[in-house]
Amino acid sequence: MRRSRRRKPKLAVWKFASCDGCQLTVLNLEDELLALAGAVEIAHFLEASRATVRGPYDVSLVEGSITTPHDARRIRRIRERSRYLVTIGACATAGGIQALRNFKDVREFVSIVYAKPEYIETLSQSTPISNHVRVDFELQGCPIDRRQLLEVLTAFLHGRRPNVPAHSVCMECKRRGVVCVMVARGVPCLGPVTQAGCGALCPGHARGCYGCFGPMETPNTASLATWLGRLGMADASLVRVFRTFNAGAPAFRAAAESHES
Amino acid sequence: MNPEPSTKTIRVDALARVEGEGAMYVRVVGDRVADVQLRIYEPPRFFEALLRGRHFTEAVDITARICGICPVAYQMSATNAMEDACGVRVDGPLRDLRRLLYCGEWIQSHALHVYLLHAPDFLGYESAVHMARDDASTVRRGLRLKKAGNAVMTMLGGREVHPINVRLGGFYRVPTKSEMRALAEPLKWARDAAVETVRWVAGFPFPDFERDYEMVALRHPDEYAITEGRLASTRGLDAAVREFGDYVVEEQVPHSNALHATIRGRGPYLVGPMARYALNFDRLSPLAQEAAREAGLGPVCRNPFQSIVVRAAELVYACDEALRLIDRYEPPDRPAVDVPPRAATGHGCTEAPRGILYHRYTIDDAGTILDAKIVPPTSQNQKSIEEDLRGFVQARLDLPHDALTWQCEQAVRNYDPCISCATHFLRVDVERT
Repeated sequence: MRRSRRRKPKLAVWKFASCDGCQLTVLNLEDELLALAGAVEIAHFLEASRATVRGPYDVSLVEGSITTPHDARRIRRIRERSRYLVTIGACATAGGIQALRNFKDVREFVSIVYAKPEYIETLSQSTPISNHVRVDFELQGCPIDRRQLLEVLTAFLHGRRPNVPAHSVCMECKRRGVVCVMVARGVPCLGPVTQAGCGALCPGHARGCYGCFGPMETPNTASLATWLGRLGMADASLVRVFRTFNAGAPAFRAAAESHES
Repeated sequence: MNPEPSTKTIRVDALARVEGEGAMYVRVVGDRVADVQLRIYEPPRFFEALLRGRHFTEAVDITARICGICPVAYQMSATNAMEDACGVRVDGPLRDLRRLLYCGEWIQSHALHVYLLHAPDFLGYESAVHMARDDASTVRRGLRLKKAGNAVMTMLGGREVHPINVRLGGFYRVPTKSEMRALAEPLKWARDAAVETVRWVAGFPFPDFERDYEMVALRHPDEYAITEGRLASTRGLDAAVREFGDYVVEEQVPHSNALHATIRGRGPYLVGPMARYALNFDRLSPLAQEAAREAGLGPVCRNPFQSIVVRAAELVYACDEALRLIDRYEPPDRPAVDVPPRAATGHGCTEAPRGILYHRYTIDDAGTILDAKIVPPTSQNQKSIEEDLRGFVQARLDLPHDALTWQCEQAVRNYDPCISCATHFLRVDVERT
């Protein structure tokens, strides 16, 4: 028997502070999961398997944000053992919904939830992975889109850059022929400043985009805020609109801050 | 001088195939289990704190992010609580659609647990992927079942993880009759596959182990309770959801970032499929009842390892119920009823796949959230998980180290613990001193 079979690339999936939804997107590849498992060695993926294989890993997918001193150390070790490190989802890419603590006093947060705050070890900020280590690619979305995930995995396993669009949700609406909810019905929508990837889900369901994929490349948030103001949105609401699942993404953070009293 | 008691440590650094990460610690001194701790290391995410100051309409989308595996449970408990605060009741087709969306979540979540997370334990595999090397068709059946549940969530919710179509009062957009009909075929297949699933898991080797739990679930006068009901228990609890806090006490323990819940004056209790089944067997559809009987389950099951059979029976029910709801669907006139805010406190409780999920919100006249309280199923089950381990390990101290370790992990996985809702790093350490 010839021994020319190439070693299968090692795939690892890691979790930090998050809801597991982006990891679940891997398992939600119901039609492709077994093929994927045949094409790679699933070397570390605790949600799916007891078996773990030592690194180095060819591709590490990282879900979740850094919120404890222990996790800040752990991500460095993972980076050292990973050829490519790809973040999946809004938590890993922008700090997630839990980055709302960044605008408040986290000690007060601890005391609201826990009777004995001294037992809780946490950082005052929830930060994206890229604040701690070099990241090769950031896949946006809360949650990520499974087709985009497949594209990213395929790209890294073949050593090319992923083909993931950086344009806005508006483009997806136009392509799908969805009537603009803001122009036609006066529904506030973050589509003009939000990165594509969901397939214009919310406008397709007659609601405005709430920005779960995070900012697109060079978004004009100031212009959008003016339009939202004309629809009757007060400053306090504008702050909230930009402070959800991607509150820590620089463009959305700046947009919220500019309306804070 | 007494001889030193025997010393032995069993340790697994990361418990796999659960949602999230946590640790387990068992200390055995001589021939006695001295201490058991389910350690929940999940870094806290402070949802209850960060909801303060948000608008009451936002809780639906924000709390979904507590859990990617059961976002609908969070959305439904949140809508119930807010509508309760505002004095609004959602009925008719909109209520049916909520129940259908929830059935979709039960199907995908139960299929995920039964096939990908739990079954490999009974058959000695590290994962479903390893299992697929020997029996690909069974794993494919599980994946297709899961996909049928996800199809319901995608059609009604827009996507399977963090659906976007749920709002206070109903939905942003309701499906057409033909969109609904398109779900029927995959669900009919899924119902048959679920019956097969019950037969398959009923044949697994179950450790001989029973516990006398107080089981708590919702109970509804005429349906298998999912989206509403009264709090009921096998020891006579019968209370309205708004009385949850009168019966359930939460306390913080040093070894866990999740609060421990007990019933005031009585102690640990069990929520989830076994509790629902024990309290609502008579409300299951005939097909689900028959599947359960054929599997050898009585009307109450007290062996936590058999929870996989109960889950499979619920899979049959969820498919059956989804088909019933699809069949009788007539699109409502409006996708949602109005929910005007008023200063009040509201309570909501629904049956997440892992058990009752309680939300309480206080809002002001403008709809600003002043206070939020969320009690997820896994934090309610923490003490039961610890008690299971205590009894289970005590009776099996003579087992080989690796076998006992794996069975301990399995005892935790019986609960399908959602550690993301409550935890992060599930590690199993069994230390023998």
